[in-house]
Amino acid sequence: MIEPIIGRYLRLDLEGRPHRVYVEEAGQGIPLLLLHTAGSDGRQWRHLMNDAAVTDRFRCIAFDMPWHGKSSPPEGWQGEEYRLTTAAYTGMALAVSAALGLDRPLVMGCSIGGRIVLDLAAGHAEAVRGVIGLQSSAFVAPYYDTEWLHHPHAHGGEVCAGVVSGLIAPTAPEADRWETLWHYMQGGPGVFRGDLHFYKGEGDLRPRLAGIDTKRCPVVLLSGEYDYSCRPEDTLATAAAVPGAEAVIMKGLGHFPMSEDYAALRVHLLPALARFDSIS
Amino acid sequence: MPMNFAALPARAAAAPGLARWGRHLNATVLVEAGDRAWTLVVRDGVLISADPAAAIMPRFDLALRFAPDGLARFLTSPPPPGWHDLMALMRNGALRVEGNVQPFMAHLFWFKGVLALLREPAA
Repeated sequence: MIEPIIGRYLRLDLEGRPHRVYVEEAGQGIPLLLLHTAGSDGRQWRHLMNDAAVTDRFRCIAFDMPWHGKSSPPEGWQGEEYRLTTAAYTGMALAVSAALGLDRPLVMGCSIGGRIVLDLAAGHAEAVRGVIGLQSSAFVAPYYDTEWLHHPHAHGGEVCAGVVSGLIAPTAPEADRWETLWHYMQGGPGVFRGDLHFYKGEGDLRPRLAGIDTKRCPVVLLSGEYDYSCRPEDTLATAAAVPGAEAVIMKGLGHFPMSEDYAALRVHLLPALARFDSIS
Repeated sequence: MPMNFAALPARAAAAPGLARWGRHLNATVLVEAGDRAWTLVVRDGVLISADPAAAIMPRFDLALRFAPDGLARFLTSPPPPGWHDLMALMRNGALRVEGNVQPFMAHLFWFKGVLALLREPAA
């Protein structure tokens, strides 16, 4: 069996530096740009990109952020510390969309991706037709010392996966749980921690929420109940601050709904996607 | 709250892969819940013993101090959201890890796996 997902490399400048970014896509129709979680990569979307109920209507595009998956860090990386910022992340999503010639994509992201779609909705409604945030909140307070994620006294892959392992719902299928964790075990040194610079610090988007006009850019937030990083109350507070935003707390799911248990996510996702079918 | 620490070494030995996750773990760990405490002795990832801690001057490398009600929620099967993982308990203020934190962070899968075995019914 050959899956319908195809992958290519995209050459583009991000923040004035040349990058080589790995992009996978499947399906035809409305462009759907997919953003992975901190410290992982686009493989998290493989179940969705193999779902004909989605790919029959949407051109699904998942890219690995620079430093992640099969995307390289920029030349000279060895002399710097990777730190994701709001401006870099938003600019990256818009640059990839433009480089691929996407016409106002629907953007769906999870965790850090669920955070940055709020910035896209607030500041770039002209460039997107709507956003779906999985495990989305405007801010998460630190609750452990992230220094351990990049420390010579702990194996980086094991500690990163160990930290996030509890964010997966206890009911998730074992194979999908451990594949989700494997992606974390394969992250580069300091990359997960660098993403959390945005997620737990610099990227506090609470002041941006008032700028979202859901008539121009509809916002749907779907969050799993077992997530204690982006807790259900965090998603509900975010939705409450965005008039017109829809929020659903999903039973039996955690922080990685698309990869830990896609069948359980699909029940909520297909109706959410359907509402964007008619938005041009 | 049922907590069968006496059976924990045998359960840990029977858990697939657990010793591998802790293959370089050598530590004496104090587990405390309110006025009850146990000492876990770990050598190369093998749980050698899990006995009640000395009442006076217990010795340990690191301590896991649980709020008793938080540990009780963690031990229900299935555990409720927000109380299902050691780091969830930390987020909720129901677990403090004290002492030398390095063995805990370097062997998270071992610690999470061993303490989850307390959920099983008594043998």
